[in-house]
Amino acid sequence: MKKIQKTLLTTALATAMTMSATAQASLSDDKVKIGVLADMGGVYADVCGPGCVEAVKMAVEDFGGKVLGKPIEVVSADDQNKPDIGSVKVREWVEKDQVDVVTGLVSSAVTGAVTKVLTANEKIALISTSASHAFTTKACSPFNAHWTYDVVSLANGTVKPMVQSGKKKWFFITADYAFGHALEKVATGVIKENGGEVVGGVRAPLGTSDFSSYVLQAQSSGADVVALANAGADMVNSLKTAAEFGLTEMADVAGLLVFTPSALALDPDVSAGMKLTTGFYWNMDDQTREWTKRFQKRNGGKIPAMGQAGAYSATMHYLKAVKEAGTDESKAVMAQMKSMPVEDFFSRNGYLRKDGRMVHDMLQVKIKPASERQTVQDLYTIEKVIAGDDAFLPLEKGGCGFALSQK
Amino acid sequence: MNNKTLNFSILALALAAPLVLYPVFLMKVLCFALFACAFNLLLGFVGLLSFGHAIFLGSGAYITGHLMLNYSITPEVGILAGVGASALIGLIYGKLAVKREGIYFAMVTLALAQLMFFFYLQAPFTGGEDGLQGVPRGFLFGLIDLSDNLTMYYFVLAIFIAGFLLIYRTIHSPFGQVLKAIRENEARAISLGYKVNNYKLQAFVISAALAGLAGSTKALVFQLASLNDVHWFMSGEVVLMTLLGGMGTIWGPVLGAGTIVGLQNFLASGPLANYIHVVMGVVFVVCVLAFRQGLVGELQKLVRKNF
Repeated sequence: MKKIQKTLLTTALATAMTMSATAQASLSDDKVKIGVLADMGGVYADVCGPGCVEAVKMAVEDFGGKVLGKPIEVVSADDQNKPDIGSVKVREWVEKDQVDVVTGLVSSAVTGAVTKVLTANEKIALISTSASHAFTTKACSPFNAHWTYDVVSLANGTVKPMVQSGKKKWFFITADYAFGHALEKVATGVIKENGGEVVGGVRAPLGTSDFSSYVLQAQSSGADVVALANAGADMVNSLKTAAEFGLTEMADVAGLLVFTPSALALDPDVSAGMKLTTGFYWNMDDQTREWTKRFQKRNGGKIPAMGQAGAYSATMHYLKAVKEAGTDESKAVMAQMKSMPVEDFFSRNGYLRKDGRMVHDMLQVKIKPASERQTVQDLYTIEKVIAGDDAFLPLEKGGCGFALSQK
Repeated sequence: MNNKTLNFSILALALAAPLVLYPVFLMKVLCFALFACAFNLLLGFVGLLSFGHAIFLGSGAYITGHLMLNYSITPEVGILAGVGASALIGLIYGKLAVKREGIYFAMVTLALAQLMFFFYLQAPFTGGEDGLQGVPRGFLFGLIDLSDNLTMYYFVLAIFIAGFLLIYRTIHSPFGQVLKAIRENEARAISLGYKVNNYKLQAFVISAALAGLAGSTKALVFQLASLNDVHWFMSGEVVLMTLLGGMGTIWGPVLGAGTIVGLQNFLASGPLANYIHVVMGVVFVVCVLAFRQGLVGELQKLVRKNF
């Protein structure tokens, strides 16, 4: 009996040791594998989720399904907006399933955790829907590419012109977590730079359903503008409450992050006239309409949110770079991505900056009243196109170490 | 003899497992198995249902994560600090909780855990919703690089075995016998002259410390400590693991943790991905209705009947 125990142990140990030596060398690369990580069924499912998966698949099909003669594969997973679930999944993808690049990426908390795993494994992150600007500033990495928008471009696009037009006193209703805090901080900076002041603010937990106490506080603050530093259902609920309490008549309400599905969900009587900034609007021109038509067919008729269009654009740019570079080795592909302009239906005058920020034209839009809408989905009037370099934080101010030292 | 061979076969299996299965998945199973074993010590052997055990798991994870991130210490020191913190919180919470029994005990532990949850949500060092990200695994004793998954696996396995043996020893000691006596008939234990509350408190602290050990290890494995670890969902999950595997058995929580973590992993990428919670719920209901004593409990009954 003892002997059996001993042999069992020694064989197990011996095989363990030989395997650990060989496990490192096998790096199968007979295909390019794209992982799409997003909230598939929660509060942010509409702004990326299954739509992002469809957009990425569409990009792969439009590209021809093959790059350098090898097949392109798409896998997807639900992160439930939780950083630990997301990072564990991505770790498994890159360590076990040979995923080369990860896109989607919605909640900034998840993206923060995932990009660390990807950078450690030298794999690229194409961030499509996250808002925080940390991924190209203090938490930047040579493997991050941040596509659609960020909090700085939102603040510059929405807040700056309002302050300059004389709306000096601001009040914030902020989602009480990383994204809301970041948005509030950046917006406050823009307000102060332009001679405005913040007269107060409240922080509401994510998923609050009753905003009345927050709205009453905003009402008694005497602010010219009440800024909603939240998103998704929170944005919709707080704006509805503001309208019910007559706040919209006393002050301007500015939605700092409004995704198309949220704008669609709002009653035009409540939302009409609201100004916001977006990275993409489906009804901008023929090119965007043509793409949207094809996308709608795959997405149950729903129009794309900006992150979904961004996911397509980023995937396409990545695949082009793989083709040009002749390899899927991350560093070479990233160098290639940064050297080519990004010009497609989504991105105008776009380029991928050294720090990983994809700089492109942003749109300042106004929500149309019901009377002016030709269809239900005809949401915005485009007021101004903001040049990318004005919208995003300049490279020098970002404090991204590796990008600054490359000069 | 028979038992010994079984134990050795399990050990050999555990040593060889990472050759077949993904090591990070196995480490997750081991961490949760240790957590469930710690919980089982309290529920299965003292009869105390703690509904806030996640707080000890999470505290271990946060303390270890914070120290590893901000100070250049070795992982074993980080883990010890995490265990110490959990034991301390366990001592304070235990002192308050053991004064009550039954449902009130469960409610007190849940309330205290929620208190701590909101502290971790707001405290600046935990990073709020972001959690602590990019925790380095470091060099064990300053020598062995743990960044390799296989090395890390054997380290985690060693920790698990140590924790498991400690629980085994506790249960089979005179101290453990008293705990079981308290579980069976508390009034009789008191009448025999045992200071019941002291015994309960000691068991509570041991359980909290081991849950903290699981949490600290988990933080190193995933290089992450997040609110999920301290959320009451996690407290519920460990109850599920223990009951499914078989409460009051030695191997039950291990099997239960393996089953739950395995199911979660397996379902996450299948067609049932959106229904994980439904499937888990069904599993739980079936378990409660059909296998009252859990997988291991029923298995033991079967063996006793037929062999």
